[in-house]
Amino acid sequence: MRKIRFILEKEFRQIFRNRGMLPIIFVMPIVQLLILANAATFDIKNIKIIILDQDHSTFSKRLVSNVNASPYFALQEPSDNTEQAEAALKEEKSDMYVVIPPDFEKDLIKEQNADVQMIINAIDGSKAGLASAYFANLLANFNVEMASSYGLKSNAMLTSNSNSKSIAVTNSNWYNQFLNYKFYMVPGILVLLVTMIGAFLSSMNIVREKEIGTIEQLNVTPIKNYEFIIGKLLPFWLIGLFELGLGLTLAKIFYSIPIEGSLVIIFGFAGIYLLAVLGMGLLISTITETQQQSMFISWFFLVIFILLSGLFTAIENMPEWAQRITLFNPVRYFIEVTRMVMLKGAGFSAVKSQFVVMLTFAFCLNLLAILRYRKTAS
Amino acid sequence: MKKLKGFIVKEFFHIFRDYRTILILFGMPIMQIMLFGFAITNEIKNAKIAVLDHSKDELSRKLVEQISASEYFTLYANLQNVEEMKTAFEEAKIKQAIIIEKGFAENLYKTNQANIQIISDATEPNTANTLSNYTQVVIRNFQQDLNKQQQSGVMQIEAEVQMRYNEKLKGVFLFVPGLITIILMLVSAMMTSISITKEKEMGTMEILLVSPLKPFQLILAKVIPYLLLSFLNACIILILGNYVFGVPVKGNLILLLAESMLFIITALSLGIFISTRTDSQQVALMVSLMGLMLPTIMLSGFIFPIENMPLPLQVISNIIPAKWFIIIVKSIMLKGSSFIYVWKETLILLGFTTLFIGLSVKNFKIRLA
Amino acid sequence: MNNSENRPAVKVNKLTRQFGDFYAVKEITFEVNKGEIFGFLGANGAGKSTAMRMLTGLLAPSSGEATVAGYDVYKEAEKIKKNIGYMSQRFSLYEDLTVLENIKFYGGIYGLSNQQIKQKSEELVEKLNLHEVSKSLLSGLPLGWKQKLAFSVALLHDPEIIFLDEPTGGVDPVTRRQFWKLIYEASDSGITVFVTTHYMDEAEYCNRISMMVAGEIAALGSPNELKKQYGVDSMDEVFVKIARPSN
Repeated sequence: MRKIRFILEKEFRQIFRNRGMLPIIFVMPIVQLLILANAATFDIKNIKIIILDQDHSTFSKRLVSNVNASPYFALQEPSDNTEQAEAALKEEKSDMYVVIPPDFEKDLIKEQNADVQMIINAIDGSKAGLASAYFANLLANFNVEMASSYGLKSNAMLTSNSNSKSIAVTNSNWYNQFLNYKFYMVPGILVLLVTMIGAFLSSMNIVREKEIGTIEQLNVTPIKNYEFIIGKLLPFWLIGLFELGLGLTLAKIFYSIPIEGSLVIIFGFAGIYLLAVLGMGLLISTITETQQQSMFISWFFLVIFILLSGLFTAIENMPEWAQRITLFNPVRYFIEVTRMVMLKGAGFSAVKSQFVVMLTFAFCLNLLAILRYRKTAS
Repeated sequence: MKKLKGFIVKEFFHIFRDYRTILILFGMPIMQIMLFGFAITNEIKNAKIAVLDHSKDELSRKLVEQISASEYFTLYANLQNVEEMKTAFEEAKIKQAIIIEKGFAENLYKTNQANIQIISDATEPNTANTLSNYTQVVIRNFQQDLNKQQQSGVMQIEAEVQMRYNEKLKGVFLFVPGLITIILMLVSAMMTSISITKEKEMGTMEILLVSPLKPFQLILAKVIPYLLLSFLNACIILILGNYVFGVPVKGNLILLLAESMLFIITALSLGIFISTRTDSQQVALMVSLMGLMLPTIMLSGFIFPIENMPLPLQVISNIIPAKWFIIIVKSIMLKGSSFIYVWKETLILLGFTTLFIGLSVKNFKIRLA
Repeated sequence: MNNSENRPAVKVNKLTRQFGDFYAVKEITFEVNKGEIFGFLGANGAGKSTAMRMLTGLLAPSSGEATVAGYDVYKEAEKIKKNIGYMSQRFSLYEDLTVLENIKFYGGIYGLSNQQIKQKSEELVEKLNLHEVSKSLLSGLPLGWKQKLAFSVALLHDPEIIFLDEPTGGVDPVTRRQFWKLIYEASDSGITVFVTTHYMDEAEYCNRISMMVAGEIAALGSPNELKKQYGVDSMDEVFVKIARPSN
């Protein structure tokens, strides 16, 4: 065990002596955390809308002014014809346009029924879906509003209106009352950054010794496999935990991220999680010959882990088989745990299963790394 | 020129000798596009919700039935009390709970007014927001049906919706252009930066520098193989996108390929620039992976719409080359735009390329001087 | 048994290493006596390094037997490692650590006490005259110095045998001579030296040499014996006669 101390000392010296690496390890992630936290918002506001009013009636003008008043829509310069509106859609100058046909008011009064046409840029499907839902909502409100104001003149309408049943819906957003995206993104981004630092650094580590040739010198020493792996793993483990602590502190200061649950659970889980990530890195390092290969392999896994972590797109939206793949994604569990503990204040019992899974990952990956690391080539 | 050719051939041999690199170079992007093409989606389906029905009457049951019939929702549980709901939320079993007040039908019939409460797990604000919108739509339709039964003559504006460029609202339409961009960006930048720094680290760069090849030719020789490989990669991804995911190429294919080539050159020149700034593979790798991965994913418009970001970030996003390429690819592939719609973005990419190459040449000269 | 004065330092019997159909080392048999300087000579690719890698436990043999310091290479590789030193043609210390840090690290993983490490460091710096550079990074030192340091570091834990794989590759003749002085000193203190080289003049420095050609031992004996046997004046000529018998 005493030998591990010497490996640790050496690794730390090498890390802290590399002037090029220090800012990459300690500054870059923090800057990214603070900046990128703002990037993530699906909040759909200011949908750029053009209204092609071919009716120019009181009703249609009223509808336009309702659109203008809505926080969801940003009314653009009106177009004169469909071609113009279509071109604006193509050039992304607008996200959607609405055509109010001539005789809109007439039809509405006479037949109590009128059509409008909504054309939406649907490349971003979910955004388009929301835009159409918002506009439908706006129309529904407009219906009610017109019915009541117009109803004063029409007896039939007045009675029918007072007879109509309405269901009042109240909406509460638990754990994040004001739908603050930062509460959701910051812990997630932090997890990703810590993961990347740990996985990249550890996967380059042993393979680097292979490339410069020092590994042979180590292999003729009586050092044990587990001593070697532990000595390689611990420095990055400590750096990862340090980075997590630093990130959380800054997130608290700058973005007042709530920490409802216990930090002990967060760091306890992070400790096990990092063991798993670093074990994976070291495993990659033992099966590759060059830093290029090992980085490419870890890049491959990390892109998958990151995009399937549930941070950017929700896991339950994925097809069944993809959801099953995410069960093998350590990042997924850590993001779940940070969310549950930090935002919901969940206790240990709620995240027990995640602990068990992560312990299994950590154990298996490190065991494999230790077994794979051969001092003797066969 | 002949020397240069020999050199390029040598670089190709280097790359192809190692089957692992080849496997990585081609296998991984293909696997990723297949995986993400299917798996990454913003479309909400079968979100787990729970209902706490205090009323349990005919109307409330009907409403619950309608909500659970929607493809957006899966009814996870009928709750008995608020405690159960809290537990379900905390254990992340449900995303939303719908509470129906006591005497729901009675209230509706007697006072024309009833209350429903929607509670969302807002740790994921986007899902929370979307789900609550969907629920409200279902409730509104329910309400309209109720009213229709007994009366006619309410004013009704009906909206006819056309979803342009992506009729079926497929998530893949948005993600394929983004994935092409991210894969090309990272692979190209990383591969060049590392292959050049490796020569530096091993000391072979000096040997090459005293060879009769000019430094410019040397770099060219290192880069051309990766240029061709990346281009091949881009083609494979486009073909997969088209045949497997039905993402169309509405515009000019030649234009699309030319723009892809330009973007690859931009990424490669960024790789060269990184490699002129450092001598160590580790630093080159960390910069081109750590430095580029998250900003490219998050600030390019791949997942998060740029126009929703705060202004400073919108400004910052302009220095992400991927942002411009995603615009180009989306326009050409999905909207069928011609060059006159994307010349500005093209010019910007050209500008980035010139900048990276210019800075690299400058760094290189300083080093030699 | 391991401490017996009479057993050879290295004993090899029909040791073989195959890579597919190719025999890198084919049934070599020899013994190295305690305290001698044993040279392993041959052209590049003759199998010298492969043989040495098998003896140091870096590579598993395909067949044959070998004991190093009395331990079996198959079963007791880890025990062998405690009793040998190794220095390869690839420079094997850390460029981004200082002279003293390298000594400390290797001393530490060989299990030396802090007291021993401190004492050894002082001795080493004194012996190699590294006072001024003891706290500088290795990357700034000339290759010759680094190699001398690597050799001394390989001896830190007082091994019974030291294996040197082309230790003088790429350095000038003066440095080479200084390096051999270090080897002699080690040998004088009772350490067995096993050295591979393709410099034939270095062969003259060895007590006994074995010549490898295409994975097999073509000749074995003291330099004088070999010269007499082939009727020539220098090891160079011996090598030419063995390696290219048709000439």
